[in-house]
Amino acid sequence: MKDSIRIASGQGFWGDLIDAPVNQVKNGPIDYLMMDFLAEVTMSIMQKQKLRDPNLGYARDLPGQMKKILPDIMEKDIKVITNGGGVNPIACREAIFEAARELGITGLKVGVVLGDDILMRIDDLIAEGIPLLNMETKQPISEIRDRIVSANVYFGAFPIVEALQKGAHIVITGRTTDTGLTLAPMIHEFGWAKDDWNKMAAGTVAGHILECGGQASGGNFLGDWKSVPDLANIGFPIAEARPDGTFTITKHEGTGGLVSVATVSEQLLYEIGDPKDYITPDCIADFTSIQLEQEADNRVKVHGVTGLPETEFYKVSASYSDGYSAAGTLTYAWPEAYEKAKAADAILRKRFQNLGLEFDEIRSEYLGLNSSHGPLAPIPDDINEVVLRIGVRGKNREHVARFGSELAPLILTGPPSVTGFAGGRPKPSDVIAYWPALIPKSAVTPQVVVEEV
Amino acid sequence: MATKKILLLDIAHARSGDKGDAGNVGVIARDPKFYPVISRELTIERVKKHFEGICFGPVERYELPNLNALNFLLHNSLGGGGTVSLKNDAQGKTLSSAMLRMEIEVEEDLLT
Repeated sequence: MKDSIRIASGQGFWGDLIDAPVNQVKNGPIDYLMMDFLAEVTMSIMQKQKLRDPNLGYARDLPGQMKKILPDIMEKDIKVITNGGGVNPIACREAIFEAARELGITGLKVGVVLGDDILMRIDDLIAEGIPLLNMETKQPISEIRDRIVSANVYFGAFPIVEALQKGAHIVITGRTTDTGLTLAPMIHEFGWAKDDWNKMAAGTVAGHILECGGQASGGNFLGDWKSVPDLANIGFPIAEARPDGTFTITKHEGTGGLVSVATVSEQLLYEIGDPKDYITPDCIADFTSIQLEQEADNRVKVHGVTGLPETEFYKVSASYSDGYSAAGTLTYAWPEAYEKAKAADAILRKRFQNLGLEFDEIRSEYLGLNSSHGPLAPIPDDINEVVLRIGVRGKNREHVARFGSELAPLILTGPPSVTGFAGGRPKPSDVIAYWPALIPKSAVTPQVVVEEV
Repeated sequence: MATKKILLLDIAHARSGDKGDAGNVGVIARDPKFYPVISRELTIERVKKHFEGICFGPVERYELPNLNALNFLLHNSLGGGGTVSLKNDAQGKTLSSAMLRMEIEVEEDLLT
């Protein structure tokens, strides 16, 4: 058994720094590269792309990124684990195989985790007595049955472990937890038992730290943001994991950014609820047990993590169509910029009324003034300029489209010294709402397929 | 003991994000000696009052003394949540610095 393995974060979301995985592979030693692409709505976007083209539906940056690193990962025996397969991990694998062929690489084994996509099984599941109640509203999913766009189960680390055991160099999953991508190589390398809950929790905490890429190594750091060096060349975080469940967060030598107790603490608190009850398919991690220690510059040791047994449920992330929305902006300049922007907003709303446009919501915000902090932001006397941002949401697509046509005319028919209307009329876009639910683990079985090119 | 009014920003940093229509705000003491201060000052009631006009639901509060930190869930704060919301900050990314605008009382000898 290895004394330690280095697991590098290569991507924090779909749209992150394209070359981050390349830098992680080329700037220093690593054993594993984990790449998280999926936010709550990403699967619904991918599902729509797959409907338009059956060869799409995965993170399209991924094959290009893999092409840049394939020679290195084969030479240095670096394993890649990613959930960028989205709703079409097989097509993603084929695109990566194609890249390998173009490079003349042979012997590349790619593992794919399937079985998370339950879109086609919804009616059967309802018939079997699994109502997929919305975790927030407690409504059964049957109420939005005809509007469902995507439905996926969050798998954990173990299907990935199976693929690694079968010799995969790259493991592509659909909806797998961000944390499972990091926990899996620890289980695989160190032979941790499934019911060693403290170890499962330790790997899960490491995953939570890595899953947002640069946000653990100095990005978006509010502590003392000016003290973070060279963000232009930020090094993404790396977890140096050890068999005893302790690990050290660091980054490659010579890269920018900062790994400190403060930057890691901020990431640990990101998007959590009850810290004693961090539930994943693999365990329940207790974030109040985490101990941090600055070992050296840009090295933070994490230890003491405890956990509790897994629950009997997987989480389901479904999405459904819920009308249309559009938003646009206009910039008003001094003098009386704020008054003008408010007057323009009132004129617009009156015109919507005259036209009989119906919306579920109209929201006006004043960017540069108080759109972020609302009533907490003091309003200065006579501001230099302000951006009116107005958005609408409704069930009627025509009404939302008409909203888009009403914005530009304000330039010639509203308050003066207005500009900044670029990019044409705001177009209606589909509103995709999120439906979180639970499903008994017994109702779903992950499948693992490993193929070689 | 003499106390002084300061901004939470002076003794704490924070990070925020979204969980559905709830914003999560983690607040971390800049020095362990300030953890008892933020723990005492940032009650559910005061945080709820601070976010009046932003947070329209209940506030949950959790303690992480191991990280000298508190975590808050501000329910019904994001205009329907990340996918539906019309807010410029639909994911609650700036709730962190909004929290740090709070004025709190600190013992003067802790500040030296």
